[in-house]
Amino acid sequence: MPLTATRRVTLGLVLLAVACLPFGDFEISTHAPWEALGHLFMGLIQPDFSRVDSLGEALLRTLAFAFTGVGLGVVSGMLLALLFRHLWVRTFCAFIRAIHELFWALIFLQCFGLHPLTGVLAIAIPYAGTFAKVYAEILDEGDPQPERTLPHRAGRLSALVYTRISQAWPHLVSYTAYRLECGLRSSAVLGFVGMPTLGFHLSAAFAQGHYATVGALLLLFYALIASLRWWARPRLLPLYLLVSPFLLGTGLPITWSNVSRFFTEDIVPAPLRHGEGLGGLLPWLSELLVHQALPGIWQTLLLTQIALVLTGVLAMALFPLISRHFTGRLGGTLGHGLLVVMRSTPEYLLAFILLQLWGPSMLPAVVALALHNGGIIGHLVGRRSNEVQLRQDAPGGMDRYAYEVAPRVYGPFLALLFYRWEIIMRETAILGILGIATLGFHVDSAIQELRFDRAMVLIVITALLNIGVDILARRLRAHLRLSPTAQSEP
Amino acid sequence: MTPLALEDAVASYGAARVLGPLSLTLAPGERLALVGRSGAGKSTLLSVMYDRWRDQGAALMPQDLGLVATLSVFHNVYMGRLDRHPWWRNLLTLVRARKCDVTEVAALLGRLGLDDKLWAPCGELSGGQRQRVAAARVIHQGGGMLLADEPVSALDGPLSEVVLSALTDAYPTAVLAMHDVELALRFCTRVIGIRDGTIAVDQPSRRLSAHDLLPLY
Repeated sequence: MPLTATRRVTLGLVLLAVACLPFGDFEISTHAPWEALGHLFMGLIQPDFSRVDSLGEALLRTLAFAFTGVGLGVVSGMLLALLFRHLWVRTFCAFIRAIHELFWALIFLQCFGLHPLTGVLAIAIPYAGTFAKVYAEILDEGDPQPERTLPHRAGRLSALVYTRISQAWPHLVSYTAYRLECGLRSSAVLGFVGMPTLGFHLSAAFAQGHYATVGALLLLFYALIASLRWWARPRLLPLYLLVSPFLLGTGLPITWSNVSRFFTEDIVPAPLRHGEGLGGLLPWLSELLVHQALPGIWQTLLLTQIALVLTGVLAMALFPLISRHFTGRLGGTLGHGLLVVMRSTPEYLLAFILLQLWGPSMLPAVVALALHNGGIIGHLVGRRSNEVQLRQDAPGGMDRYAYEVAPRVYGPFLALLFYRWEIIMRETAILGILGIATLGFHVDSAIQELRFDRAMVLIVITALLNIGVDILARRLRAHLRLSPTAQSEP
Repeated sequence: MTPLALEDAVASYGAARVLGPLSLTLAPGERLALVGRSGAGKSTLLSVMYDRWRDQGAALMPQDLGLVATLSVFHNVYMGRLDRHPWWRNLLTLVRARKCDVTEVAALLGRLGLDDKLWAPCGELSGGQRQRVAAARVIHQGGGMLLADEPVSALDGPLSEVVLSALTDAYPTAVLAMHDVELALRFCTRVIGIRDGTIAVDQPSRRLSAHDLLPLY
């Protein structure tokens, strides 16, 4: 049987992941891992909503940071999208979106401290980069004819709004709504580095062993995301956007001398700061590369590869849960519920919880990444499979899966998986902050040691790695001739 | 307005020349019908004319209409005058239309039998309705001359006459690509027959009958 290109690529990825397994550390190091899981489960069943004021504040701040950050990202992303034909704009956007919002937060924490500006910029900057790219793609798909028929001297702004933006409007709105949901997750996670959002209260409740409060926080977060479509109405959005900057809390005031010191001293490589000149820079860089960057890159690649394949396996195994070819009405609803919970839990939060339960190793990270991303891809593939029409005498059960449905959705599935590749790698790097030895671990330790120059170099290396994977994924998509429309899907 | 002229105009797709070289002049008040088999080069000629004359106030009604499906009929018609209003007024109109604009556009749509569709999104209209919206847009736009490619191809008898008279009332000077020879002779003062990208017939309409144009097809 000849190996098609799709099979070769699939087989290659799986073999690579299997080869990576022996190099990873998958030990459960806690004494009673299942007991902790039991506590958490009980907390979800018997949540404690009694600390209502702190719960309410956590939710309010989570919403406020998400709306302000995403709103700012939308405006600047749209402006950048209009300039996207310039190479420097495309490069700039690729760079700012390759740096995870938590890294941005760690950077801004050093200059602005615990001021709300830190959280807002940490969301707005990477989101602007993503919005710019996707908006530019959506605007390009419009019909150019209406612009041609306009009166010759119509102003550029009027022409743009009436033709390109009006045509693309439904797509722009649905993509922005999806990103708002992502923004809520990002905002919640920013709490883990000190912003007053959900993650902050969650890690505090975990630290004190208040599982009932943890359960209440998680349930509230799911309710918030599940009810998004009822309260995030287009007509109400302007109101939310206007109000949210005033609900960010005051935080701590910005010390401007810190800001200037950060840019003029802290991030300047140590040898240059101490006047050793370029001669000292080379040994400094090579030491950083050998002892931190390379081990970090190795661990990041290892974990990404395993998580990518596990994500794929999970997605292909779970999509029948919401596919009308395999489930009835009740089963479909339950399946939907499961996938919603999987994809609305941010990977960082999942990894944090699993890490508390199982202790530090690669296991919590891989499982968290696979659950979250598998939930997203499974959901999209399942929706895709519902568009497939089967002939009336199609076989049932496993035969139907293997011969009728899976082959038809495999192409779109791979396209989505490759699209998530860069995202999985970005998350893998960031999970290092939790203590897994990926690049984020070295960034975080450098920051703890107040060596911001090293942290900056490592962050730039992480960004370059993400850009590299993005290019590789795009090449593979082109090689397998997978539809580019997966781009605009989550 | 001075006569408009094309001199030795040519157009090619890749290496293949699809039009010309051809020359013609258009006097003010002249309504020119372009007739000929499909693929003869009518649309290409119109598009060349638009590129040459757009600075002189030519309005274009292309064959695929150029409507924005997501905007309402009113806004599509209003787009004909985007150049007459400042940008902020155009933006405001997207949110809330001014009464005077609505009255004017509604009257125009009434003449074309579309007054009940003022706020319907263009994407929900039938082919014939969409064609009338595009006609309303160029009429609303106004200007020295109209270039229209098959402006009534999706309309039946009486409606096509209503639309053609509305278009020709608004634009005494016009070039219309037409496939219906009878209509072309009735509404235009001069007929140009195109064959293989060159001018095969060029006569005032009163000297022609439908029969004379048959050899073109």
